[in-house]
Amino acid sequence: MPPLEAEAMSCEPDDLGHFGPFGGRFVAETLMAPLLELEAAWNEAWADPGFQEQFRATLENYVGRPTPLYEARRLSALAGGARLILKREDLCHTGAHKINNTVGQVLLASRMGKRRVIAETGAGQHGVATATMAAQAGLSCTVYMGARDMERQQPNVLRMRLLGAEVRPVHQGSATLKDAMNEAMRDWVTQVDETHYVIGTVAGPHPYPLMVRQLQSVIGCEARQQMLRTHGELPRYVVACIGGGSNAMGIFHAFRDDQDVALIGVEAAGRGIETQWHAASLAKGRIGVLHGSRSYLLQDEEGQITESHSISAGLDYPGVGPEHAWLHHTGRASYVTVTDEQALEAFGHLAASEGILPALESAHALAHAMRLAAHQPAQQTILVCLSGRGDKDLAVVSERLAR
Amino acid sequence: MTRLAASFASCRAEHRSALITYLMAGDPSPEDTLAAMHVLVAGGADILELGMPFSDPSADGPSIEQAHYRALAAGMTLQGVFAVVRRFRERDDHTPIVLMGYLNPIEQKGPLWFAQAAAAAGVDGALVVDLPPEESGELHDALANHGLAQIFLVAPTTPPSRLGMILHGASGFIYYISLKGTTGADRLDTADVVQAVAHLRASTDLPIAVGFGVRTPQQAAELAPCADGVVVGSAVVEIIAQQDTSRLAALAAGLRAALIR
Repeated sequence: MPPLEAEAMSCEPDDLGHFGPFGGRFVAETLMAPLLELEAAWNEAWADPGFQEQFRATLENYVGRPTPLYEARRLSALAGGARLILKREDLCHTGAHKINNTVGQVLLASRMGKRRVIAETGAGQHGVATATMAAQAGLSCTVYMGARDMERQQPNVLRMRLLGAEVRPVHQGSATLKDAMNEAMRDWVTQVDETHYVIGTVAGPHPYPLMVRQLQSVIGCEARQQMLRTHGELPRYVVACIGGGSNAMGIFHAFRDDQDVALIGVEAAGRGIETQWHAASLAKGRIGVLHGSRSYLLQDEEGQITESHSISAGLDYPGVGPEHAWLHHTGRASYVTVTDEQALEAFGHLAASEGILPALESAHALAHAMRLAAHQPAQQTILVCLSGRGDKDLAVVSERLAR
Repeated sequence: MTRLAASFASCRAEHRSALITYLMAGDPSPEDTLAAMHVLVAGGADILELGMPFSDPSADGPSIEQAHYRALAAGMTLQGVFAVVRRFRERDDHTPIVLMGYLNPIEQKGPLWFAQAAAAAGVDGALVVDLPPEESGELHDALANHGLAQIFLVAPTTPPSRLGMILHGASGFIYYISLKGTTGADRLDTADVVQAVAHLRASTDLPIAVGFGVRTPQQAAELAPCADGVVVGSAVVEIIAQQDTSRLAALAAGLRAALIR
């Protein structure tokens, strides 16, 4: 791939939401006007100091930000080599970075006069975060979740229900995240006047990829300042897992202009990218259009979307956010894969050496960071986005350990 | 004159609204689809809309969604869709056929290939549900170069500021979405639609067809005075799902009779 002009590598999408050839707005006409309204409302809110202050205050007083930056010394020693530094998004209220986005979108929904929010969820973390903020704002909340995901993420289903949300199982297709997203879009088009659709990742039609990235960019803004303050330098590497890619965009964005900082996204290789059982859209997918935007997708020769597979429900999605496709295209970020087994091993290492149970999603980022650290000098720093905590994964992990 | 223009013109001359019926190619098999197409035309359908199956049909309600899955399970592909059209044309060279589906399968094969193969098979136009005019440059040119109409949707939510752009790129006819929702929804308010179509009429000379949620002869009769065509999809697909050909002919005949102004 030839080097691109600086302007062509801009991090900002054009007016129609294109990141280079990716992104855009591919929806039925009925949703075009609501998306244009949402874009206008978002631009107006994000430029409003009052909204910014509400957002900031909620993150501080309710979510518990800023989250700590923690140097994992025993894990680093285990990996042998570079210093592993963790951005502790697992310490956010509700247990994952997902709430940063839902704080902002639910504030926006209220500001737009919507009485109801809907969401899709895979691992359940985004559903829990949406249900939480809906409860806090007094909005009604419906969450669509693949029936298969409901089975493997039972605790989060219970949490959503306790928070007052209606959880609707989705049996169609592969009964996972992509099908939940189809069903949420059907709901939205039917009740669009009173409903805001809280998309949980940097995917979907414009303005979602941009809006979710802006709301999640607090992760990288904090981490960058904390690195400079505590360690006196920027990290050499920033590593984050990628399903749709919201925690990764959130931590990458603040480092976009730091050319000495390498950005690495970690996709789920499931049982191996040489098999059909993975979720590595960038590594093994082709460019196409799904869920309102153009990006890399797992699909067959006929353009039918194929099922993805990962031990981690949050990474089990056959696409990836369009800005990641663009960063991949320009080379500003690089993308690697980690298998189920490698993620489980990293899960065990972090638990035993640091007393932290990571989400299986985040364990993918950890596994690659440990692999990377082993080949780096001791003074080198690797910043890892620990996007969520692992309590929700106990059943999956204990079942695997029992085998 | 194109098949589409001729069909709307003859309906107009007969003082009726065109009956446009939707069915999914390959649901449950190409042979069944071919037979159903002829049954619908014999029963009174003026124009056929033929669905191209997609794994993630997020604009469709349950009936047509299931038809997508059935067709895919039976192995339907874009090549297969064109084969059905070619075979239909062996016996019927005048009934217009409009393909309706989602962008990704078309994009994987390439807009140029799609337009060329569609024209060669005897297709008259295409409606790509998740492709608004803003994004449709390449396919639009390819279809136009092969003499195929690109049908665009206008929705109850479409603001006046977008209408000009949609109408500018549209050909064949305008498809007015009669409700906020997915295909086959059950809360059609025909009075609202009549008003909206009258408004739309002032901005375009193209024929206007109305669809989404039209199921019964009574609804069709209420829409006939305002619309050049009425699209019935889910009701057709539901009968096909039950493999009851006699009811299919009766449905088409009942709708056709209701569309006389």
